[in-house]
Amino acid sequence: MQVTRRQFFRICAAGVGSSSLAALGFAPGEALAQVRAFKLARATETRNTCPYCSVGCGVLLYSLGDKSKNAHTEIIHIEGDPDHPVNRGTLCPKGAGLLDFVHSPNRLQTPEYRAPGGKEWTRISWDEALDRIAKLMKDDRDKNFVATNQDGATVNRWTTTGFLAASASSNETGYLTHKVVRSLGMLAFDNQARV
Amino acid sequence: MALQSLDIKARSATTTPSPDARANGAIPVAKLIDISKCIGCKACQVACMQWNDLRDEVGNNVGVYDNPMDLTDQSWTVMRFSEVEVQQGKLEWLIRKDGCMHCADPGCLKACPAPGAIVQYSNGIVDFHEEHCIGCGYCLTGCPFNIPRISKKDSKAYKCTLCSDRVAVGMEPACVKTCPTGAIVFGSKVDMIHHAEGRIVDLKERGYSNASLYDPQGVGGTHVMYVLQHADQPELYANLPKDPTISPLVGLWTGIAKPLMSLGIGLAVFAGFFHFVTAGPKEVEEEEEETD
Repeated sequence: MQVTRRQFFRICAAGVGSSSLAALGFAPGEALAQVRAFKLARATETRNTCPYCSVGCGVLLYSLGDKSKNAHTEIIHIEGDPDHPVNRGTLCPKGAGLLDFVHSPNRLQTPEYRAPGGKEWTRISWDEALDRIAKLMKDDRDKNFVATNQDGATVNRWTTTGFLAASASSNETGYLTHKVVRSLGMLAFDNQARV
Repeated sequence: MALQSLDIKARSATTTPSPDARANGAIPVAKLIDISKCIGCKACQVACMQWNDLRDEVGNNVGVYDNPMDLTDQSWTVMRFSEVEVQQGKLEWLIRKDGCMHCADPGCLKACPAPGAIVQYSNGIVDFHEEHCIGCGYCLTGCPFNIPRISKKDSKAYKCTLCSDRVAVGMEPACVKTCPTGAIVFGSKVDMIHHAEGRIVDLKERGYSNASLYDPQGVGGTHVMYVLQHADQPELYANLPKDPTISPLVGLWTGIAKPLMSLGIGLAVFAGFFHFVTAGPKEVEEEEEETD
């Protein structure tokens, strides 16, 4: 750019003039200090249990929207549940990072099936999966159920299938799981607390 | 009008006083970090990123537990692990949660030349307002704890806000809430000092005769305080300064250099104007004009 000496002086004068005006208070209005808006103000709060270890900490899931008909909810924040007797609001680093676990592209969201000897996993529906599990359990129980032992005493054992339940369940869920499993005669029964 | 907890005590590069008629009502808050209870799990680091919508790079293992190795624009708090032998043959693993100390006399705010980019609320929180930040990095010079970091992405300074948005609505900071061992606690500064006294009595009974509260008066006290087992040697804790003070360069810049410079600019304009009035515009000869 070609600037003559005279033009240079004019630019300087304009600069000094405008900055003086700004200094005299003609500058655009400046926002006063304000903290970041609280992002959970009207988010929906849902209680849940951390899915990781057997401690079973309570978590609060905060989601977008107020559950009205046209609002599609999405989890935006997760933190500890202060009312949960196990953790009283605290969370370990894994629990504190649950949001990224929920939104992970690698998260398994449907049951998958791989045929015996097969190499490919195929997605199946929950109905298909549960029907198949129920059918296989029934077949195995019909075949291997032991009603009495050698002495003729009633034992009602089913030892060929095991059940792995959630250690993070509440007392009530644990009670129900126990009743279902034991009433089938199943003996091998554990949870991920020992995995 | 701002909420009580948002009341402003000081703003950077602002000469007009902040409205503070109601400031007496605000209760100074503080975060107390009890180093003797910290297990270095880094839940606070994760909770901080989660709340403040930050995600740092995954990084590489460099052979120590520190991860990331330093504060960044995405990591406003990091655990610093120090292996020290205070007594011969007695290894101690001191884990300090590093981050902004929220000084009562903030060096960053004093050094900052951008109006309103750094604000101190009457509850003691020192907050950066990145929309006013010019990315000069003076806050780093002013900080006695080497905390602010300039983002490579947007060239603005970032640091811990003490979750000013949570505190403003009556909640505790995210790191405090998540801490599984209760090493981080939050409340009024008076209560935190009281809490620390109890911890210090306990530590002294366990043989840490130098246990004490770290609330350095060189920066007017801080709103993030530590309980140290070896308060006589704070350097053991990843070089925590023993007596932090604001760099004299800050006083030189804001107290002397800046007013002198402003005066110089004004004088130059005045001199130019009077020269123009008395001597008139400089006449440029036709030949000279053409050669330009």
